[in-house]
Amino acid sequence: MGRYIVARLIQSIPVLILVSVISFGIMKLVPGDPAILIGGPTATPAELDVIRANLGLDQPFHVQIWKFYIGLVQGDLGTSLLLGKPVLQATIERIPVSLSIAFYSMVLTLFFGIACGVVAALNRNSWADQGAMVFALLGVSIPNFWLGLMFIILFSVHLGWLPTGGYVPWQESFGGWFATATMPAVSLALLQIGLLARITRSTMLEVLKQDYIRTARAKGLPEFVVIGKHAFKNVMIPVITVIGIIFSVLLSGSLVIESVFSVPGVGSLLGSAVLRRDYPMIQGGLLLVAWSLLMLNILVDVLYAYFDPRVRYDHGS
Amino acid sequence: MASTPPLLSVRGLRIEFGTDQGPATAVDDLSFDLRAGEVLGIVGESGSGKSVTALSIMGLLPTPPGRVVAGEILFEDSDLLKKSRTDMRKIRGGAISMIFQEPMTSLNPVFTIGDQLTEAVRWHERVGMAAARGRAIEMLHKVGISSPERRLEDYPHQLSGGMRQRVMIAMALSCGPKLLLADEPTTALDVTIQAQILDLLRQLQEEFRMAVIIITHNLGVVAEFADRVLVMYAGRTVEHASVEGVFDRPSHPYTEGLLSSIPDIEADVLRLTAIPGTLPNPHELPPGCRFQPRCTYARDECAAGPPPLVPVAQSHLAACIRHTGYRRGAAAPPAMAGVR
Amino acid sequence: MTTAVDAATVAGTRKRSFLQRNPVLRRLIRHKAFVVGAGLFLIISLVAILADFIAPSDPSRMAVRFRFRPPSAEHWFGTDNLGRSQLSRIVYGARLSLAIGLAVVIMNAVFGVALGAASGYFKRLDNILMRVTDALMAFPPVLLALGIAAALGPSSLTAAIALAAVYIPRTARIVRASVLVVRELEFVQAAMAMGAGNLRILRKHVLPNCMAPLIVQLTFVFAFAVVTEATLSFLGLGSPPPTPTWGNMIAEGRQYIRDAAWITLIPGLALAVTVLSLNLLGDGLRDVLDPRLKISQD
Repeated sequence: MGRYIVARLIQSIPVLILVSVISFGIMKLVPGDPAILIGGPTATPAELDVIRANLGLDQPFHVQIWKFYIGLVQGDLGTSLLLGKPVLQATIERIPVSLSIAFYSMVLTLFFGIACGVVAALNRNSWADQGAMVFALLGVSIPNFWLGLMFIILFSVHLGWLPTGGYVPWQESFGGWFATATMPAVSLALLQIGLLARITRSTMLEVLKQDYIRTARAKGLPEFVVIGKHAFKNVMIPVITVIGIIFSVLLSGSLVIESVFSVPGVGSLLGSAVLRRDYPMIQGGLLLVAWSLLMLNILVDVLYAYFDPRVRYDHGS
Repeated sequence: MASTPPLLSVRGLRIEFGTDQGPATAVDDLSFDLRAGEVLGIVGESGSGKSVTALSIMGLLPTPPGRVVAGEILFEDSDLLKKSRTDMRKIRGGAISMIFQEPMTSLNPVFTIGDQLTEAVRWHERVGMAAARGRAIEMLHKVGISSPERRLEDYPHQLSGGMRQRVMIAMALSCGPKLLLADEPTTALDVTIQAQILDLLRQLQEEFRMAVIIITHNLGVVAEFADRVLVMYAGRTVEHASVEGVFDRPSHPYTEGLLSSIPDIEADVLRLTAIPGTLPNPHELPPGCRFQPRCTYARDECAAGPPPLVPVAQSHLAACIRHTGYRRGAAAPPAMAGVR
Repeated sequence: MTTAVDAATVAGTRKRSFLQRNPVLRRLIRHKAFVVGAGLFLIISLVAILADFIAPSDPSRMAVRFRFRPPSAEHWFGTDNLGRSQLSRIVYGARLSLAIGLAVVIMNAVFGVALGAASGYFKRLDNILMRVTDALMAFPPVLLALGIAAALGPSSLTAAIALAAVYIPRTARIVRASVLVVRELEFVQAAMAMGAGNLRILRKHVLPNCMAPLIVQLTFVFAFAVVTEATLSFLGLGSPPPTPTWGNMIAEGRQYIRDAAWITLIPGLALAVTVLSLNLLGDGLRDVLDPRLKISQD
C-alpha cells in the first residue's frame, strides 16, 4: 500500500509542474501593462514603477519565471496586493472556513446521494426512482449561486429562520456555525446529490445482476447483508472515483457561494482578488486550489485501492 | 431401497417467464423424486430449463420475469414454494445449497475468501468468529486446498479457476447440506481440472452422504457421478432412468443423439453438434413432441400431441411416441463404443 | 383540386416514410425528454433571434416612474431598480447567453477535434498533449474560467474564450479516444497501408465514428457554457452593465432581494429553463446515439 501511494505521488509530479506553469502563464495573458490596470488611471509614473518593481514586471521573462519557481520552492507565492500579506498565509488563514463548509456539504452529498441512489435502484421505476431522476436533472440545470439567493429569500427574508450570511467558526459556537454554514452547504450539496444518486443507482442496478450476489443469496444471507455488505462495497468502487470530481465541483461552487453568503473563505478571497485584479493572489490561488485537488485525487485513488483489492495487488507488489 | 421416503419430490412443476411477446414456458410438468444420498443428473442443452429448475428449488428464481405457475417442490415433506421468505432463507445454504457454473464471477471480488467462507456458518449456526474460522479452515482442507490458513486472507482474483470452484464447494458444504445443487460445476474449467473437481465432488458426496442434483449438458459427467439421469428437452422430461438404463438402452431419440455426440476425452469442441438444429423458440414450440423437428425418426403422428412419459422398463421412463404408437424394433443406438 | 390533394398526400407519406427509414430520428421523436428539451430550446432560440420584435421596449431604457414594479399584465416580468423592463432584458440576455454558448461550442468543435485527432495520431505529441489536458483539467472549471477571464479583462468575448479553454481539453479527450479505437479497425489499417493520407482517414473514418459522442459532449458543453457564463457575469467578469446578461441581472437584483425578489428570481428561472432544455436534449441524444455513455464527466 505504501509503495502504491509513493508511485502515485511520483506519477503526479509532471502534472503538478504543468499546473504551476499554467498558473504562471495565465497571468501573462493580461493585455497591455498590468501596472496601469492595477494602479488605475490616476497613478503617477513613479507609482507605476513601484507596482512594476513589486510584481517583478521590470525584469525579463526568464528572470520572472525563475524567481517564481525559486519562491515556489521556498513556499513563497508572492504578496497579495490587496491585503499586503503573503498569498500563502492569506489563503491558509481562510482554508478552515472553506473546508468546514465543503466538508459539511460533502457529507450531505454522500449521505443523501448514495441513499437516494440505492433506494431508487431497489425500487426501480417507482415514484422514488422517478423523483431521484428528476432531482438529478434539476441538479445539473439550476445554477448554485441563484439557488443560494432563493434560499436567502425563503429562509432568511420570509421565514427568518437563518441569517442571510456571515460565518461563525465552529470552535466559537457550534450553533452559530450550523446556522451560518447550513445554507451555503445545502445549496452546494443539493445539486450534487442528484448527480451522485444517478451514478449510485445505475451502478447498483449493474451490481445486483452479478453472479456473486446470487451466491450471497444462495448462502441464505438476509437481504440486508446481501445489499448492505456484498452489493454496497462493490457499488462504492465507481462511486469513489466520482468523489474527486464532486469535491472539485463543490470547491468550484464554493467560490461563488461564499460570495453569495458573505462567507470569509478562500472562495470569497479569490472572488475579490479577481474583481480587484490582485494578480499574485489569483495566480497563487489557482495554483494552490489545483494542487490540493490533485492531492485529493491521489487520496481518492488510495481509497479506491482500499475498496478494490484488485487494484491494490496489481500495483502494490 | 424404494421404501425410504424421498428427500426431495418435485411434482408437476411448471415455470413461465414473462417476455415482451407474452409468457414463455421454461419448465413444463416436471416431476422427479430424489432420495437421501442419491445423485441425480439433469441433462440438457442450455435453455432446456435445467438451471431454472435448480433456481426454483433454491427459491432464487428471478421474479419477475420468472414465475412458478403450477406444481410443488416437497423437501422433507413440506412444500418449499409455500414457505415464507425467512424460512426459505434459513434453508438456503443450510439444508440445501448450490454451486454455480462460473467460479470466476461467483465469488465477491472485494471480500477475502475467509470472509465469504465464514459468513454462511455464522448466519446459519450463530457461532463465533473463531469457530467459524476453524470450520472454514477445515472445509478448505477437505476440498484439497493447501495451507488453508493463508488462503483465508486471499482475495478471489488471487486464485485460479479450479481453486475458486473448490472454495465455492467448501462454501456450499460448510453447513452440512442434505441436498447439493451443482449447476454445471465443471463447464467453465480446463479439462484436466474438470476431472479433479468431479472426483472431489464424488468423494465429498460419499463422505457427507448428501443428495446431489448435478446439472450438466455433458453425459460423460453424468456417467461418472450420477445414480440416475433425467434428460430435459425444451422444458420437458424426455427420459428418466438409471445411468445404466440410459447408457445401455437409450429410449428417446434425443438421448441417443446426446450419447452419439460424446466422442473421446477431448470432447469439448464437438459437444452437441452431432444433433442438427437448435432448441425451438419458446414462443413457437412445435405441436406435439418438441424434439420432432430435429428427430430422425419423426413421423406425422409426432405432431398430433405431446407424447406421454411411459415406462419402457423397470424404473425407466421415456416420452417418445415409438413406445406407445409405432414401435418397429429397437433402432440400434450408434456410437456406443466410446462411452465406457 | 384533386391533384393538389394527391400531391399533399404523397408529400405526407414521403415524410412519414423518411422518418420510418431513419431509425435515429424515429427513436429521438419517441424520446420524451428529448422532445421536451428540443421544444424548449427551439422556443428560447426563437426568442433570442427575434429579440428585436419580442422585447416590448429598449432593454436599457430607464423609466424612474416605473421602478420596482412587480410582474403584472403591463410588465410581464416586472421592472428593475432603474425602471427597465425585465422582459426586454431577459429577451436580450437570452440572445447574449446563446451567442456565447454557441461560440464556445464552435471553438470546442474546431479545437477539440483538431487536438484530439492530432493526439490520437501522433504518439509523441499525445504524451505531451494529454499531460497538458490533465493539468488543465486539474483546475475546477469555474476557477480556471475566472482566472482566464480576470487576466483578459471583463467582456463577452473573453468570457467565451475562457469557457472554451476550460472545455476544449475535455472534448479533445473524447475525440482522441475515438481516434484510438478507429485507427485499430481493419479497414482503417488497410486504408493506411494503401497510403491514404491522415486527413483523408480523419474525414472519412474517424470523424463519422466519433460524431455521436462528440454531438452529445457539445450539447453538454453548451449547457455548461451557459451556466458558467452566468456565473462569470454574476461575479462581474462577463459583459459589464448596462449590457443585460442573466448573470449581471441576478447580481444587480441581489441588493433588492428583500423587497423586489422578482428581479433576482426571473433571470435565474430563465437560466435554469435554458440549461434544463439543453440537458434534456443532451440526455436524449446520449440515450439514442450513444447508449454506452451513461453519465458525462462533470
